[in-house]
Amino acid sequence: MTFLLNITPWPVLSALLWIVLVVTSLYFARPTAHNAIRAAAATLHRTFRLASTGVRKAEGRLAQRNREVLLAAGREAKERIIEREFDRVNETVRKDLANYSALHRALSESINRIESDHQAAVDVPPDPPGWVKAVEAVAKIDSREGRVGIGNVLSDIHKSLVKAHQEAMVAYHEASAMRHSYLRKMRPEWRQIQQTLGQVGKSVDSLLGRSVTIDRHMQDYEDIISGQDRAVSVLSSSSLVYFFVSALVLLVAAGGATINFSLIARPMAEMVGGTSLIGGFRTADIAALVIIMVEISMGLFLMESLRITRLFPVIGALPDKTRVRMIWITFTILLLLATVEAGLAYMREVLLHDELATSALLRGDATDGLTGQYLWITTAAQMGMGFILPFALTFVAIPLETFVHSLRTVLGLAGIGLLRFISLLLRLLGNACRYLGSLVEQLYDLPLFVPLWLESRYGGEAGRSGKRPLREART
Amino acid sequence: MRLCSGVLLTLVLLGCTPSAPGNTGVYMLLDTSGTYREELQKAEQIIRYTLSRLDATDTFAVARIDTGSFSEKDIVAKTSFDDRPSAINRQKRLFAEQISLFVSKSDSSPYTDITGGLLQAVEFLNEKGAGRKTILIFSDLKEDLQDGYVRDITFDLDGFEVIALNVTKLRSDNVDPREYLARLEQWQTRVEKSGGEWRVINDLDGLEGLL
Repeated sequence: MTFLLNITPWPVLSALLWIVLVVTSLYFARPTAHNAIRAAAATLHRTFRLASTGVRKAEGRLAQRNREVLLAAGREAKERIIEREFDRVNETVRKDLANYSALHRALSESINRIESDHQAAVDVPPDPPGWVKAVEAVAKIDSREGRVGIGNVLSDIHKSLVKAHQEAMVAYHEASAMRHSYLRKMRPEWRQIQQTLGQVGKSVDSLLGRSVTIDRHMQDYEDIISGQDRAVSVLSSSSLVYFFVSALVLLVAAGGATINFSLIARPMAEMVGGTSLIGGFRTADIAALVIIMVEISMGLFLMESLRITRLFPVIGALPDKTRVRMIWITFTILLLLATVEAGLAYMREVLLHDELATSALLRGDATDGLTGQYLWITTAAQMGMGFILPFALTFVAIPLETFVHSLRTVLGLAGIGLLRFISLLLRLLGNACRYLGSLVEQLYDLPLFVPLWLESRYGGEAGRSGKRPLREART
Repeated sequence: MRLCSGVLLTLVLLGCTPSAPGNTGVYMLLDTSGTYREELQKAEQIIRYTLSRLDATDTFAVARIDTGSFSEKDIVAKTSFDDRPSAINRQKRLFAEQISLFVSKSDSSPYTDITGGLLQAVEFLNEKGAGRKTILIFSDLKEDLQDGYVRDITFDLDGFEVIALNVTKLRSDNVDPREYLARLEQWQTRVEKSGGEWRVINDLDGLEGLL
């Protein structure tokens, strides 16, 4: 620095000389420098834009792939739902409508019986009374033949009339009673018909309900098959919901597994020793963890064998006989493991009491921890938990399947988001480089304001025309 | 497949490789000379506390300081804890019983051979190969050797922690406290020169930092 200021005896003059030299050099190098800055800025701009385009294309491909995965998953899920609905319809038809012919026959028989009873119960008009003929006979008697005997005849008629009336009344009462008995017999038949028709109605209503549901699912299925945006949107949001819900349930299950672990890790030390290590971890802890993992695996296989989940298509495709065998084998192993866990939980309690007693003895405490008479409650609770938790963990398979399936979509969505962000960032950087180039040009011109002013003032048309390209470049 | 099996086997073997011992070895010396024998009740509390702090594969031994302490016969009780929790509890109870019996029936010894006891402790703990070695000296640190006993010996206490417990003041210390301070300093110098760490705990209510 001192050297620079010592080129003349006066440092100020030296500095001025240097400034003039530098400004002049910069002025003459200005077009080349501007071109270089512009070229560099344009190169960076194009590079970033190119990268951004590449990332956008990758995002598009990923989105397309995600869409396909989503549609495929949705199609598979819908197929399962529709299949299940058809199974239910089949079950309803098999259970309720399979014996429709018998039902029809029963109805026909009931109706025939009612008809015959009805025929039998028809009110038969009573026969004309017998005395009418007697009256006619009396009317035909000529007065000449003597009317003396008429009183006797009328008396006889009266008698016979009373008798006939009594007989007719008895017959009528008997007939009425018979008809009422027929009508009484018809009542249960009516009720039976009503019940039968009610059942048929319910079955038909159920079938109609199912058909509406199937129609709805079929409509969704068609939307999925045709790849409509609405279907993709619905599937995407459903997938996100399933992801978070299943993650939450898995967290709960992890909590259960942790409790299970703490129940059996301590007594495991009694079996495999409390100090041996494998890879820096206690063997007892690893053994407890392995037991829990085996339980979860058995639970998965059980669920697969029951065809509740479909994580392993091989198991689902097994012949029914093998599958049932597998169900029994996995269930038996689970039962054994649950029993082992219950035993370990009991052992844990025993060890805990032993340790408490030893601690009390070492503390010199006469009243040790074994005096509680309700300790069996905690023991029983621990044993119960040890037995139940393996079976409860079996159901982890359901949220796990949902989690795995929805994870693909969620990861795809996250990837799309990330790629979109990178693309935006690259575009921003490209534009920033472009405007940064303009800014650097302006900064370059800043110390050259004197020659530039002189150029614009005295340079004439050439000077003014020389600036045009720069402005054009900036715009 | 072979590669996978090889990697798995290596990992398992590496996992099973025994690492440096992480267990603790504690050797406690009990001074039974003269009037200090009356302090043994306190020693029993310390032993019980120590037992409660020790765990699987740890080693614990209690020995008395008498006329000639460099002897296995002076070990009152010793045990190396099993790695099964139930066995450890049994061992602890048995140990506590042995100590109770010793405290109730021990005789007073006429001389105090602390150095001999220290040598015995070093030998015992080195033999057990404990990772962390601690020697507890429950004594007033006033060594009183019988004629003919040579204890001017240097020992290697590298890796040992020596903790003096309940270092009571003697009547003469009350007259001239410098004697007490000199006694403590002498033992500290001796231990530290041998490569060991030295600590004094006189407040037996604050045993939390003992182990």
